[in-house]
Amino acid sequence: MNTPRARGRARSPFWAISVAIVKGFFRDKASVFFALIFPLMFLVLFGGLFNFDSSAKITVVQVGEVSLVDDLPAGAREAFDETFDVTRSRDRAAALEDVRKGDADVMIEQDGDALVAHYTQADQVKAAVTQGTLRAFVDGANVAASGQPPTYSFESERVEDESLEAIQFVTPGLLGWAIAMSASFGAAATLQGWRQSKLMRRLQLSPVPARTIVGARVLVTVLIALVQMAIFLGLGFFAFGLQLTGWWWLSVPLLVLGTLCFMSLGLLAGAVAKTTEGAVNMANFLVLPMAFLSGSFFALDAAPAWLQNVSLVLPLRHLNDGMLDVMVRGAGPEAVVQPAVVLLAFTVAMTALAAKLFRWDAD
Amino acid sequence: MTSETAQSGVAIEATGLRKVYGDLVAVDDVSFSVGSGEIFGILGPNGAGKTTILEMVEGLRRPDAGSCTLLGEASWPRNQRLLPRIGVQLQASAFFERLTAREQLRTFASLYGVGPAQADAWLERVGLGEKADTRTEKLSGGQVQRLAIACALVHEPELVFLDEPTAAIDPQARRNLWDLLRSLNAEGRTLVLTTHYLDEAEALCDRVAIMDRGSILQLDAPAALVRGLDAPVRIFVAPHQVTLDEAAAIEGVDEAVDDESTIVVSTRRPSEVLAELAARGALEGLQVRAATLEDVFLDLTGREYRA
Ligand SMILES: Nc1ncnc2c1ncn2[C@@H]1O[C@H](COP(=O)(O)OP(=O)(O)O)[C@@H](O)[C@H]1O
Ligand SMILES: [Mg+2]
Repeated sequence: MNTPRARGRARSPFWAISVAIVKGFFRDKASVFFALIFPLMFLVLFGGLFNFDSSAKITVVQVGEVSLVDDLPAGAREAFDETFDVTRSRDRAAALEDVRKGDADVMIEQDGDALVAHYTQADQVKAAVTQGTLRAFVDGANVAASGQPPTYSFESERVEDESLEAIQFVTPGLLGWAIAMSASFGAAATLQGWRQSKLMRRLQLSPVPARTIVGARVLVTVLIALVQMAIFLGLGFFAFGLQLTGWWWLSVPLLVLGTLCFMSLGLLAGAVAKTTEGAVNMANFLVLPMAFLSGSFFALDAAPAWLQNVSLVLPLRHLNDGMLDVMVRGAGPEAVVQPAVVLLAFTVAMTALAAKLFRWDAD
Repeated sequence: MTSETAQSGVAIEATGLRKVYGDLVAVDDVSFSVGSGEIFGILGPNGAGKTTILEMVEGLRRPDAGSCTLLGEASWPRNQRLLPRIGVQLQASAFFERLTAREQLRTFASLYGVGPAQADAWLERVGLGEKADTRTEKLSGGQVQRLAIACALVHEPELVFLDEPTAAIDPQARRNLWDLLRSLNAEGRTLVLTTHYLDEAEALCDRVAIMDRGSILQLDAPAALVRGLDAPVRIFVAPHQVTLDEAAAIEGVDEAVDDESTIVVSTRRPSEVLAELAARGALEGLQVRAATLEDVFLDLTGREYRA
């Protein structure tokens, strides 16, 4: 028999296995959907949801004289009209009914020196804008009445700011969740799938060392994570006006560490579960609640303090915090140190546990 | 073949292999040796312990007792020097997900430092040239088995292990596979295969180990096993040719029974009995059945063979 090496050029085993995994991934519509498309749908949903369109004016029904509005100086009146579309009415009951039915957003009237606004909470964004803007005008009028120089600020601008903040906030969090999902699912499904099909046994009987096989799987998962990041940031930037701050690129090494951390979580699920579906379900069962508790979908500011503290034991919380800090909060390298250490520690601990629980055979 | 193996003449030396799972003794004190250039079969019903033996021999599983050398080297623990010289096809079809036949084989080739040209040549050799761009999941049972065999052989190993290479495929595809396996053997490779088909062991193997419940019951060439059985030849005489009493009275007949009016005659002197039946004009529709490995199994275990 002739020696195998004699004919043709062989790919290195590392590349051959990496390419095989990449092809397997992109040919599986379900994994492409869950890794790339599904999280993007959330980004579009959240980005769109909080992106309040300031061109839609708030309709106001004014009943009787409201001196604050009627006597606004010309410049302020212009600003007021950009936010509010005012119609006058004498019928107070009918005006209230309009607001109740949603035909108008707010009814204003004057009661002595007080400006009274009636609105429903049906549209919370508009309610908040109404309340904030009217209060600002009242404050402004008070300042003017006190003889101090007026300090009106253009309130509708603040509304736009808030919507920008939404995309700033949701992008790092959703990206953290997306990475956690694809890394843990990929590792769990590979470990279980290769064990079920005996491919793992077959590879064990090839002269390729285990580190080459693990290395290939890690490389592919990290590459997929970087693709996810590129798509997220691209869409955030071009569609929703995402603004990254100076050290944002530090989120790349953080993301790589996060990928390793969630791969180890997937390995753990894959080592414990008995089937491929079981492994993926278990990974999902761990990652989804973790995403909620780590502020991937909603800011934790509103959550009770104990919950915020509990969430500090979750690796995703640290990944999200670190990415938020460097991507949109303008923090520098010092902000990624602690998350990096926490993610590394989780990776080491979970990999060790997975190795301990791992069994070669499915039965 | 390399001169080293040719000289030693022994490809596998297994001694006292034993594997226990909880209360179950899956393999119990199994010893055998395989000469280089042989086709060696391990035959037994499902659950007999064939796969467990093979995996211990390959070095995938650590034996609870006993040891095994392949081509003069211990197979456990994992031996980097040995692995390129052996080829394995595992029972389940172990492939990368969603790759085509060609990609699959080229990937396995790369694991052994073998280039794509040689991989493609093996694809042709096992008759899958036309299926090169078909995903593994879409191949038929026989095609999957042939691809798995090509993956085991792409690096030209001298010792090849095949676990039930013809399981779950149709009879014609099985016969094609036998031809492929014979041609691999003709090139000087040593083949070790497991099967639960008696006829396959009989048709293909130089020597067969008959297994049941974790032990080797007998080990020899199939023909020798049957001969050693000293089992009678059974002659089936079609209805209404002879009566039961007439048949029983023929010289050399050990036993005659009436099976739904077919007379079944057992004899150890078949030529004399057949001559007598011919003289009585009872040959029409007559069938002769010599002993097979099935009878050997029945004799060894007292049970009908059921795969
Ligand atoms: N990993 C395992 N754990 C427990 N029992 C096993 C395991 N592998 C095989 N067995 C049992 O050992 C026996 C032999 O199995 P196996 O070697 O697969 O038989 P065969 O290949 O002849 O069908 C069977 O009873 C099987 O259930
Ligand atoms: Mg088996």
